[in-house]
Amino acid sequence: MTTLEFRNVSKKYRVRGSGDLLALDKVNFTLTSGQTIALVGQSGSGKSTIAKILTQLERVSSGEVLLDGTPIPTWGRPLRRYRQSVRMVFQDPFASLNPAHTIRHHIERPLRLDKVVPADQVEEEVFRLLTRVRLSPEQTIDRRPHELSGGQRQRVAIARALASRPKLLIADEPVSMLDVSIRLEVLNLLAELQREANLGVLYITHDLATARHFSDEIMVLHHGKVVERGKADDVILRPQHDYTQALRNASPDPEKHFAAPTTTPGATS
Amino acid sequence: MRFFLRRTAFYAFTAWAAITINFFLPRMMKGDPVSAYLQKNQGRISPEAIDSLRTLFGLDSNKSLLEQYIDYWQLLFSGDLGRSFSKGLAPVTDVIASAIPWTVGLVGIATVISFVVGTAIGAFIGWRRGSRADGIVPVATFFSTVPYFWMGLIAIAIFSTTLGWFPASHAYDKGTQPSFTLEFASQVIMHGFLPALTLVIGSLGGWILGMRNMMITVLDEDYVTVAQAKGLRPSRVLVNYAARNASLPQLSSFAMSLGFIVGGTLVMELVFSYPGAGKLLLDATTAKDYPLMQGLFLVITLTVLVANILADVAYAILDPRTRQMEA
Amino acid sequence: MTTDDLLTVSQFSVSYDVTPPVEAVRDVSLTVRRGEILGLAGESGCGKTTLAYGIQRLLKPPAVITSGSAVFHDESGEDFDINTMDEIQMRAFRWEKASMVFQGAMNALNPIITIGAQLQDVFSTHRPAMKRAERRLEAGRLLDLVGVGSNRLRSYPHELSGGMRQRVMIAMALALKPQLMIMDEPTTALDVLVQREIIEQISELRAEFGFSVIFITHDLPLLLEISDRIAVMRDGRIVEIDTARNLYENPTHDYTRRLLASFPSLTGERGGFVRRPDEPALAAEAGSI
Repeated sequence: MTTLEFRNVSKKYRVRGSGDLLALDKVNFTLTSGQTIALVGQSGSGKSTIAKILTQLERVSSGEVLLDGTPIPTWGRPLRRYRQSVRMVFQDPFASLNPAHTIRHHIERPLRLDKVVPADQVEEEVFRLLTRVRLSPEQTIDRRPHELSGGQRQRVAIARALASRPKLLIADEPVSMLDVSIRLEVLNLLAELQREANLGVLYITHDLATARHFSDEIMVLHHGKVVERGKADDVILRPQHDYTQALRNASPDPEKHFAAPTTTPGATS
Repeated sequence: MRFFLRRTAFYAFTAWAAITINFFLPRMMKGDPVSAYLQKNQGRISPEAIDSLRTLFGLDSNKSLLEQYIDYWQLLFSGDLGRSFSKGLAPVTDVIASAIPWTVGLVGIATVISFVVGTAIGAFIGWRRGSRADGIVPVATFFSTVPYFWMGLIAIAIFSTTLGWFPASHAYDKGTQPSFTLEFASQVIMHGFLPALTLVIGSLGGWILGMRNMMITVLDEDYVTVAQAKGLRPSRVLVNYAARNASLPQLSSFAMSLGFIVGGTLVMELVFSYPGAGKLLLDATTAKDYPLMQGLFLVITLTVLVANILADVAYAILDPRTRQMEA
Repeated sequence: MTTDDLLTVSQFSVSYDVTPPVEAVRDVSLTVRRGEILGLAGESGCGKTTLAYGIQRLLKPPAVITSGSAVFHDESGEDFDINTMDEIQMRAFRWEKASMVFQGAMNALNPIITIGAQLQDVFSTHRPAMKRAERRLEAGRLLDLVGVGSNRLRSYPHELSGGMRQRVMIAMALALKPQLMIMDEPTTALDVLVQREIIEQISELRAEFGFSVIFITHDLPLLLEISDRIAVMRDGRIVEIDTARNLYENPTHDYTRRLLASFPSLTGERGGFVRRPDEPALAAEAGSI
């Protein structure tokens, strides 16, 4: 069992001319393998900052991030090993794949770098991973990203993330840039993979509905603070904090809308 | 406001740095171009002139470096850049001052005309992309790639020698004294016409192409579609929405080219025997006239700096986003 | 004699004249009634934006209207056929009768002109009799109306937040009190709280001024809440058009059902959404998405 812990993490950015920006304010949470947590926040809430810290693209200003009790390393081989265990799927399926490289290259690279399987089994593993994300290896392996659709590219990104057999997966708005009718399948896929490999998944999103159905727990982030946390259903159906309530009321909810006796278009239920 | 203050401070610092480097350069060079000359011409130079030359060229090593530096600045503030060896020991400042107005005047005006006309044509062509107006581009580019001296000589051959419309050389008729009379002004215009014309034609292509490309990019922007959707007259969309945005990068290029005015049109000055700063620099170099050279370098440096300041200011006025970024 | 219909679109087709030609809008027929909100739902590439541009003749080459008509039934009783008006008539029509709120106000406002100037040039073009002071006053009133405040007249677009910029776009579209407002993904890039405010604002304005709205977005739940009727578009065609309630409760077309299923219910049951390992993938075969 692997545990990732944010302990009292704060992050300050220096903004020229207007003082400091407190992007994160004493954030605390724990993510364990087998668990799915949704991090819900609107733009400016700090959720991308958390993603950046988890991938060590940014450092904390204060507090600690611990993997299995030890602070995550900041350089060298320990950092490499950390990055093997904690992988990320990004929001933009086009920007996260290198347009110059084939799909094979994208999946092979982590396999080779992290020596996940012996060199003679790499090709086989690439095939296995692509099949696992429901892509046809023969049809995709020698293509380049621009030849695939958004949904396909995102599946490649997922396959790439899983190549190094991580324990924890950070999914940063993984479907918000995909076509609407595709989103469901990609989220379904992530849910399947999570169950299969007993991954811990941090699902970062602004969308409450998918957060509720995809994850066990939800954390609501507002201006860098965690204002509410709890079981998914509890947070959405019985929100405690004002902000969560406001979010919930502002999100479109046709079911409730049509269930109400008299509904006027545009009014909040 | 903060933005302007920051920029001013930055440029003041740059100017100071340039002048200081100018101070140190002769002192770092081996050898000494001035002493020999001074020795040869002892009787003809006044003691103050000798002193200033020594300060400018680092020969006053009997004084401390700081004193030399202070003397140097004092000289500059009093407008003394030494004496020109090749111009009969005339003060360098005077020599430069006699050439600069011609250069700045002619080349400056030509550059401005070229920029304005080129940008306007480019905006028009970009607006009507795909029409026959596009044919102007290869023509203009041709004239940009043609060797300037060739174009200048052809211009002289046609307009001056054959047609006799314009004089072929110099800034004003031989024997005339410069004065602020209408007659003198008309002479200047006649003499300056061919050089200016050839300069404009030669650089038009660059402006046209640059503006046309920017226009095409800008015309694809949403706010242009919105302007059209609002039912605005095409002329208004072209000017206020498209051209204004597209000309911003052009302005930076324009600023650069302003910096090249002084000393950058040597070929023109040679072809037309025009008494500009470029020719002056060439002569000074050939004659090993160090004071004049050094003086010209300083002037060129400061001119480029001023051009950059003007460009920055213009850009900030035209593009409000710059002001916020810097503040 | 004014009919109930404000806009009649018949067999409208738009294609992109490239090789091979792309038919972006195929044979679309629909009507927009006076005072109604018509939602236009579909995913990227379905042609909804092309249709919106097409009926205002805002398309740029290589897009070209290949067939069909769009007729605007003015409240004065006169009919305006988009296809037959010349350039000058079209310019007068635009914004006066029908205006548009564009997607992503990031780029939809001219970055180097104040928002006040951008509001005012609508007046200087369409209401030449107005004096400068009147124009400024009216522009200020519009900004107050949408909640931005007349004190921002001299602000530049980059000085405003995304939500405010979108409100400025709405104010601008409202300037001549058009009868039809076409809104193309007006709230997509915004915070869900800001989105709700803007939607409510639009409702209030509609109640006050009585214009019709064509609301284009891929966010079907949002459309279900705010529209009177919804048209679902796919591959350039309208696959289903019905009242919001009917569409939600009795969708007839497969694609509509699929689209509805892509949005899990916020407060309702999980239904067929994620986390059911035995549920087959709703899309086509593997490798094709």
